[in-house]
Amino acid sequence: MHVVVIGAGEVGTSIASSLASDHEVVVVDVDPDRAEQLKYELDVLTIAGDGTTSEIQTAAEVGRADMVIACTDNDQTNLVACGTAKTLGDGFTIARVKSTDFLRTWEGNEGAFGVDFMVCTDLLTAQNIVRVIGLPAAIDVDPFASGLVQMAEFEIAEGSPVAGQTVSEADRFESLTFAGLFRDGEMIVPRGDTDIRVKDRAVVIGSPESVQAFATDVAPETTPDRADEIVVVGGSEIGYQTARLLEEREFKPRLIEQDPDRARWLAENLPNTVVMEHDATDTEFLTREHVDEADIVVTALRSDEKNLLISVLAKRLGVDRVIAVVDSPDYVTVFEEIGIDIAINPRTVTAEEITRFTYESVAENIAVLENDQAEVLELELTEGCGLVGRPISEIVAESDARFVIGAITRGRELVTPRGDTVLQPGDHVILFVESDSVSAITSMA
Amino acid sequence: MSVALNWKASVGLLGVGIKYLAVTMLVPLVVAVAYGEDIWVFLVSMALVAGIGFAVERVDPDPDLGPREALLFVSLAWLAAAAIGTVPYLLAGYDTASTVGLQTGSIGALTGSIVNALFESMSGFTTTGATVLGEIGTDQHSHALLMWRQLTQWLGGMGIIVLMIAILPEVAVNGAQLMESEAPGPELQKLTPKIAETARALWLIYFGFTVLLAALLYALHLLGMAPNMNLFNAVAHGFSTLPTGGFSPQADSIGAFSAAVQWIVIPFMVVAGVNFALFWHVLRGEAEVMLENAEFRAYAGALAVITAVLAVLLFRGAAPPIELGGTTQGVAENSLRQAAFQIGSLLNSTGFATADFAQWDAHAQVLLLFTMFIGGSAGSTGGGVKIVRWLVVGKAIRRELFTSAHPDVVQPVRLGGNVVDESAIRGIMAFTLLYTVLFALSAVFIALDTARVGIQLSALESISASLATIGNIGPGFGRLGPFGSYLFFPDTSKLLMIFLMWIGRLEIVPVLAVFISGIDTR
Repeated sequence: MHVVVIGAGEVGTSIASSLASDHEVVVVDVDPDRAEQLKYELDVLTIAGDGTTSEIQTAAEVGRADMVIACTDNDQTNLVACGTAKTLGDGFTIARVKSTDFLRTWEGNEGAFGVDFMVCTDLLTAQNIVRVIGLPAAIDVDPFASGLVQMAEFEIAEGSPVAGQTVSEADRFESLTFAGLFRDGEMIVPRGDTDIRVKDRAVVIGSPESVQAFATDVAPETTPDRADEIVVVGGSEIGYQTARLLEEREFKPRLIEQDPDRARWLAENLPNTVVMEHDATDTEFLTREHVDEADIVVTALRSDEKNLLISVLAKRLGVDRVIAVVDSPDYVTVFEEIGIDIAINPRTVTAEEITRFTYESVAENIAVLENDQAEVLELELTEGCGLVGRPISEIVAESDARFVIGAITRGRELVTPRGDTVLQPGDHVILFVESDSVSAITSMA
Repeated sequence: MSVALNWKASVGLLGVGIKYLAVTMLVPLVVAVAYGEDIWVFLVSMALVAGIGFAVERVDPDPDLGPREALLFVSLAWLAAAAIGTVPYLLAGYDTASTVGLQTGSIGALTGSIVNALFESMSGFTTTGATVLGEIGTDQHSHALLMWRQLTQWLGGMGIIVLMIAILPEVAVNGAQLMESEAPGPELQKLTPKIAETARALWLIYFGFTVLLAALLYALHLLGMAPNMNLFNAVAHGFSTLPTGGFSPQADSIGAFSAAVQWIVIPFMVVAGVNFALFWHVLRGEAEVMLENAEFRAYAGALAVITAVLAVLLFRGAAPPIELGGTTQGVAENSLRQAAFQIGSLLNSTGFATADFAQWDAHAQVLLLFTMFIGGSAGSTGGGVKIVRWLVVGKAIRRELFTSAHPDVVQPVRLGGNVVDESAIRGIMAFTLLYTVLFALSAVFIALDTARVGIQLSALESISASLATIGNIGPGFGRLGPFGSYLFFPDTSKLLMIFLMWIGRLEIVPVLAVFISGIDTR
């Protein structure tokens, strides 16, 4: 593949380095020193110049590129770069943005700005934080369809209320599909009357809310419930998105923000969050508002130093779990070494998400389970593909492949698959497939 | 922007309005012709009013309104409408026994009769429904005059300014500002980009409901289920139900009609207290906008709960058995009907009655007094404080209590999911306080003023006199009950009540703001 990466910051460099071994990578950066430096660090071609111009893009041979990744620190630059790339060729364009407004615009009208896939750094980070908060019991969690759908794998522990139930008893959620079971290392495609045993590993696919609810059923002890105190420190975009996603999962978080205008804005936009306007480094305030009794503290301030300070403070006050957002990738290990439970770096998260996309496959997005016994795939259905226009029960009956359709998204709406659901072109389908059947499925799509 | 108030512009535009008010007198004129009554009263009134209109218009033939001129214009327009509205009363009753007819016997009689006519007219336009007409009925007054009395309520209901904006292009230019000052409730909802279209839509819905009610009532008559509800009565009650008016050409109000009529009128009174903009959404197929509206839900909830409580009280015997309204003790249908009718009428300030609740038990009366405090919805034709304001006041107070325990918490006030602006909350708090203070001071003034002339007024009577006029409700308690009259008050009290009805309809602020800004610029 010929891949052009525009912007050689931490995200760009990280993507380029993971792609360099298998692909032909060209990196563009405005800073000539940076371009020069990268030439020696990585096995890539570098070009110094403004990546939004057609002159530079032509030099990078965007016209024959299979993929163009715009990941500078500036949203507008990335959007324009993708727009330019679309005029020169037909490569798959990926833009990194910070603003969720751009993401919403793009979601409403896919292909807007000439962008084929948009990664919103702050939202992605928040989604990561919320997954870490909400599903500590899960062995594996992956988002699909830009976060509309989640896949999670749980091990059924001794004493779990789900143990001993049948699948149809356990799967009591409207928008959740019980996709697969692994028993003693063997994959089972579950039926309604399959019983669930201790030590089984269950794979569920559905809306993040229903996955959360299922987690509460599987592991009521470890999964946080509505009564758990979650405090988000810092009303940055990441802090805001985290609180918003927590609200969607019916938590009632508290959010601390020092700036009065921002605090007011947050309070207006987060109806189920208690927003407090105060300096979070004030220990007297933290004790007064009983932040020390919180179950989970997320630090999402704009400076790493302050996040470190609050994290250490929260740990010393006796908070159970502290999750810190760390802006500089170098500090991640430092944070974890001094006892912060989880440190999340937005740039690493973004780079990983974009890299996931570069796997050469019809599938847009995949997750591999249990030593490659099964995979979860996301397919975008096109006009005339073998899966379109027929009810699901018919497809299942005709095919030898072992698979379960876990979720469907149609125009940003989640559709729960049923036997009589008819798939349409443009649908995103999230499937749980036995590894041996993957090629059979992808050949149909 | 000039600091000085350009009063000429406001007055000039007023002339345009007065001119068109003369046209509305065609309605009673037609009635006069139909009943073979004296047509000269209305012909002369029309000529006189049109003449005044043309003369006043010349003060400024090309009026250009700023924000403060708009406030002055709206305030003056309602005062002028009330003044113009007296002309038919004064002429029709000239030197007769009529309490609102022009009396020339002595200076006292002259001023007394003019104050009475102004009271009746202001009560009509502001949709209050308090009356000084004395004996009501077609034996004492012509059909035409009684129809004029009903018509003033209908014109005032959706707002005379809104009507002007809807039909007069020269007013529409500054329409948004004018409508904001006149429309009941804290804020103006623009339904369409052009304000004139919004005004037209609202008037059309209002007109549609009026026609529907009149048609239903007349249909009942034709079916033989309402012997007294002839065409005249059907139209007359259509004219005063939708504006939450309360005037009736019958001395016994709706109590004069059959139970079927009473059941039909109840839903229309309820409709009159709903924000008319919501009906506009319903007509466009967006019924969920209405069902999800926080104020509408609170309004429906308040109606249901208070009606249920009152029905139980009546069923258990809160009303004496022999009187208009019939026996309610132990009679479920009548208890429910009387409760629903009275609450539907008083909660949103209509003021119709089917029972003399002034004779009910104290606990039932106190419940009614409480109900009168609530008021209709913003954007309805109802008076009072308005439901949406009470909702915001309640939520703002709860927020104050919460933040006093948690000083760092930032908590916006939400109404149906939408954040209420802090300045809007301030405005609502100020209005509610101002309303309460004015109501209390006026109650004291009325009590003292009546004592001055040797009339003993009970506490409930003076309180209800003040509340019923500032809230544009109409009936009060005791002698001011639904079948009583305000006639016995001294002229000074009546003048105060005229003022209260005026500022109550315009929700105090436009009128007081004009006074304040007048002081400002000297």
